[in-house]
Amino acid sequence: MASLRSYIITRLLLVIPMIFIVLTVIFIVLRILPGDPVITVLGPKATAEERERLREQLGLNKPIYIQYIEYLGNIVRGDLGRSLIFGRRLVVDEIMDRFPATVELAITSLLFGAGLGILVGSLGALSRRKSVDILSRLYGIISYSFFIPWLGLMLQMGLSIGLGLFPVSGRIDPLLTPPRITGLYLVDSIITGRFDSFLNALWHITLPTVTLGIVISGIFAKLGRTSFSEVLVQDHVLAARARGVREPTIFRHHVAKNAIVPIMTMMGLQFALLLGGTVLTEATFSWPGMGYLLFERILYRDYNVIQGVLIIFGLLVALINLVVDILYAYVDPRVRF
Amino acid sequence: MVSMNLSRLIGRLLPKGRTPHYLVYTGGSIVAWIIIMSLIAPLLTEYDPTVPVANPLQPPSPKHPLGTNNLGYDMYSRLLYGGRTVLYIVLLSTLISMVAGVILGLVSGYYGGLKDRILTLIMDSVYSFPDVILAIAISIALGPGIYNAAIAIAVVYIPTYFRMVRGQALVLREQGYVTAARMLGAKDWWIMSRYILPNLLPVVVVVFTLNVTDAILTEAALSFLGLGVVPPTPDWGYDLRAGQTYLPAGYWWLVTFPGLMIMLLVIGFSLIGEGLNDILNPRISRR
Repeated sequence: MASLRSYIITRLLLVIPMIFIVLTVIFIVLRILPGDPVITVLGPKATAEERERLREQLGLNKPIYIQYIEYLGNIVRGDLGRSLIFGRRLVVDEIMDRFPATVELAITSLLFGAGLGILVGSLGALSRRKSVDILSRLYGIISYSFFIPWLGLMLQMGLSIGLGLFPVSGRIDPLLTPPRITGLYLVDSIITGRFDSFLNALWHITLPTVTLGIVISGIFAKLGRTSFSEVLVQDHVLAARARGVREPTIFRHHVAKNAIVPIMTMMGLQFALLLGGTVLTEATFSWPGMGYLLFERILYRDYNVIQGVLIIFGLLVALINLVVDILYAYVDPRVRF
Repeated sequence: MVSMNLSRLIGRLLPKGRTPHYLVYTGGSIVAWIIIMSLIAPLLTEYDPTVPVANPLQPPSPKHPLGTNNLGYDMYSRLLYGGRTVLYIVLLSTLISMVAGVILGLVSGYYGGLKDRILTLIMDSVYSFPDVILAIAISIALGPGIYNAAIAIAVVYIPTYFRMVRGQALVLREQGYVTAARMLGAKDWWIMSRYILPNLLPVVVVVFTLNVTDAILTEAALSFLGLGVVPPTPDWGYDLRAGQTYLPAGYWWLVTFPGLMIMLLVIGFSLIGEGLNDILNPRISRR
């Protein structure tokens, strides 16, 4: 395992330039691209004096390279500034309030979407009937084509407003909110033994999860179909069949394990899509996560919060890529060299 | 796959009766239908999509087939003209990303060296960022509007083309006929445009059709979040957002149809892309 350890160390060192680049991209986009943040915040009607005051407050009156150094320095110290509205709270606090909701939604959607997608995809690959394969393929194309807010609104219209089966929005009944331990209501309610809170949280998260999960599942259906098809025609499967091994055993020992590896690694790449999807899902269901925070503050032009959320999303992507790469090296030894 | 040029690609599209071809034809029909509908919009409706023409929030009726919205705009007319906005932004932005991505990818892959390293590093970091979130960031910086939305989407998808073209160019520059041309004294730009670019075109076409689907969804997302077009410009994503508020009160027609159009357009381009990919890369589809 010595090579795995050295791989992990190299990969950890690589994270530093990656994070640096991501932060630089955000800085360039928000500060250097044409378009003045001060006008973005105040609108075109503000007086020159008001603009100058805000420019000073945001530190935008300094030369660009000093702004850049300050920007990086503040991030290293964990200081993302203060909100421009709502009692000028610390951006870090605002984000910490919302962060668990996004994580919770992302995890449930990924589990639901990956499960559903791999099921549909493997059915298509394994079935001897061509019609099943075509249906499985069409599922992959159509589910990926849903515009998340539209799918969410259609589900809301039918199941929440029409049949009254699910709540239209929100994360939990405020009276049932469990004490904050991890911030994930589903986990906290189990830890504290509040079964009613757990069910209520589950009831609230169902529609957002199904919406985002269905869209994500399209990619897993495609991947699953390809991956299972490729494994099925390999020699070791043929050899197992020739030896008279029964089909269920072949599937379990010779097909499933080999087909899941490429799907697992692709799962990491789907996190980018998943995070983009949470923004839209949260905006649709008023799900109080980071995406909804971004959506709200775009309306109020709360510059520091917007920048903070983008930075956190960027760091999250870098972190997930790191974890996925290490897992990949663990599963597939060829990567380490 | 790589050594096939565009005329042979078109030749491969002609034989009928196989699944990939059906995919391309079905997708092509959907896309053609939407393009034609939006182009001949003035013939299909008498109403201006940016002017109140009737009482607000009327359900669908013979006079207003898709009803009216909270401001009394005719939704059928907004649907047709909205197609123009979406197609204009999406095609403009994907063409910009394609041209920029192909040129940068060619230069990077063909020359290699430090230039290549720096470009790859930048492109990879842009690529790893979630596309919707990066587009949101750029739109916030640039402000709303059709052209700003197009630029935001274009920037996000340049790496999609760059990565593919660079990879292929790395392989192609080592081919015998490229070496031969170089020995005969051909200039670099001549080799790139005459010997390498034509071999890339079929792959670029597939990437383009699949990229359009992502661009449509990103455009809709920007408009839905209030960062895309400026009202009252007709746009499907914006109409969906505007109608969301009225859904709990039962005004279902405001959100149903714009979202359906987004989905149909995406499915159309997906089918074309999937079909083309099968025709060009038959290994996986043949079972």
